[in-house]
Amino acid sequence: MIPSQFEYHRPADMAGALAVLAEHGDDARVLAGGHSLIPMMKLRMADVPHLIDLQDIEALKGIKIAGGQITIGAMTTQHELIADTALHAAAPIIREASLQIADPQVRYMGTIGGNVANGDPGNDMPGLMQCLDAQFTLEGAEGKRTVPARDFYEAAYMTERDDEEILTQISFAVQQGGYAYEKQKRKIGDYATAACAVSITKENGTVTAASVAMTNLSDTPVFSEAANAVLVGTSCDTADIKAAVAAALEDIDPTEDNRGPVAFKKHVAGIIIKRAIERAASRA
Amino acid sequence: MTKQIIKMTVNGEVQEVIAEPRELLIYVLREKLGMTGPHVGCETSHCGACTVDIDGKSVKSCTMFAAQAQGAEITTIEGLGSPDALHVLQESFKEHHGLQCGYCTPGMITRAHRLLEENPDPTEEDVRIGMAGNICRCTGYQNIVKSILSAAAEMNASKEAAQ
Ligand SMILES: Cc1cc2nc3c(=O)[nH]c(=O)nc-3n(C[C@H](O)[C@H](O)[C@H](O)COP(=O)(O)OP(=O)(O)OC[C@H]3O[C@@H](n4cnc5c(N)ncnc54)[C@H](O)[C@@H]3O)c2cc1C
Ligand code: FES
Ligand code: FES
Repeated sequence: MIPSQFEYHRPADMAGALAVLAEHGDDARVLAGGHSLIPMMKLRMADVPHLIDLQDIEALKGIKIAGGQITIGAMTTQHELIADTALHAAAPIIREASLQIADPQVRYMGTIGGNVANGDPGNDMPGLMQCLDAQFTLEGAEGKRTVPARDFYEAAYMTERDDEEILTQISFAVQQGGYAYEKQKRKIGDYATAACAVSITKENGTVTAASVAMTNLSDTPVFSEAANAVLVGTSCDTADIKAAVAAALEDIDPTEDNRGPVAFKKHVAGIIIKRAIERAASRA
Repeated sequence: MTKQIIKMTVNGEVQEVIAEPRELLIYVLREKLGMTGPHVGCETSHCGACTVDIDGKSVKSCTMFAAQAQGAEITTIEGLGSPDALHVLQESFKEHHGLQCGYCTPGMITRAHRLLEENPDPTEEDVRIGMAGNICRCTGYQNIVKSILSAAAEMNASKEAAQ
């Protein structure tokens, strides 16, 4: 369990980090909390000749809430997301979901940027960010660009991000309405067998907006336009929820692994999606 | 690859070690600094036996390169108590049978110490959630939870007495 050798870089700012990335291209990788990357390096499934530790870059840290927008620096840890009371007031689904990620030790180190940039279908933040319609800011030698979370994921470990770009921040609107993050896992600290993020807004008892996104049920997170369309305009009663679950299940494509066969995963997904919609609706 | 001098404060003492970037913190602590309290249980980030306190965070030291700890303040079980002067948590684990083989115990106590720093008066549920990153093969957890709750009560009582 010893990784192959690498050169360790610890730049003080973005310019320094981008310079190392530009110099070494494919041979360089950034290190955030290391709790996805270091296990892969130990297994020698990731070979990283140049490792760029982002921990000293102040510009990548912190949570800002202003003008109805929440902006979170990529190096903000899951522990910090859970502890931040202003963030909890502005988007309570973040704490609800973060507490279901891994265990306390992992959450002290794991960052939101690493979780969304990693591209592992098992990560919980990508589905959550699709539910919230978050925007990811990427910075490279050519400057900055913004990519919606809903367009970011291409396949397992394949994202819109170029090798030479760093994901600097994540932003989304202050949340209104009901929310829920439901996750089925084999034990604490495990990745999801199935998980689902839902946000629902109602006016006079009628759903005006709905957003359903799922984790670990395909090789990317799945944002279900079909489920959303089913829910909007309804009162979200039992039949409406049943129809939305059926629509969401049409959008997933789970594979068999040590968490179970496909039929089992679909079964679990159906229950988790239903619970998430019910709970979000009850809070709307 | 370039070896580095890593300077860190371990249990209150400034230490300098020379290590390759790929060396994991747990091995530098155990093999270069002689801090054999933190154990290697799984080496795959799951068991928490290697937990140490780094700048106020409970960290699995098998999942961190020593180079990342450049400049950090680290506390291991050795820094919490000594055989002649046990920490309240150590006393409490002894008293309430919070250990059997003892392999998980240094990680348990180091984690519990941080948990009580953040939340001095936890409920049983807070303890169970807060200790979820530490696995024990022996005790069934019941006595670990009891030990931590009892240590919290004792620490709070002595704080009150001091006031
Ligand atoms: C025991 C265990 C259980 C876990 N359980 C869960 C779980 O239930 N749910 C879950 O979601 N996660 C889980 N994780 C993963 C954990 O949340 C990771 O911390 C997270 O996936 C990655 O964040 P990181 O900061 O550690 O990133 P790193 O491991 O440092 O990086 C991950 C990848 O993203 C890239 N990267 C990181 N930051 C950036 C950036 N700013 N810009 C561009 N690229 C970047 C890195 O180069 C690397 O390829 C678990 C991990 C462990 C060890
Ligand atoms: S040895 Fe580090 S978590 Fe098990
Ligand atoms: S006491 Fe034996 S593993 Fe916990």
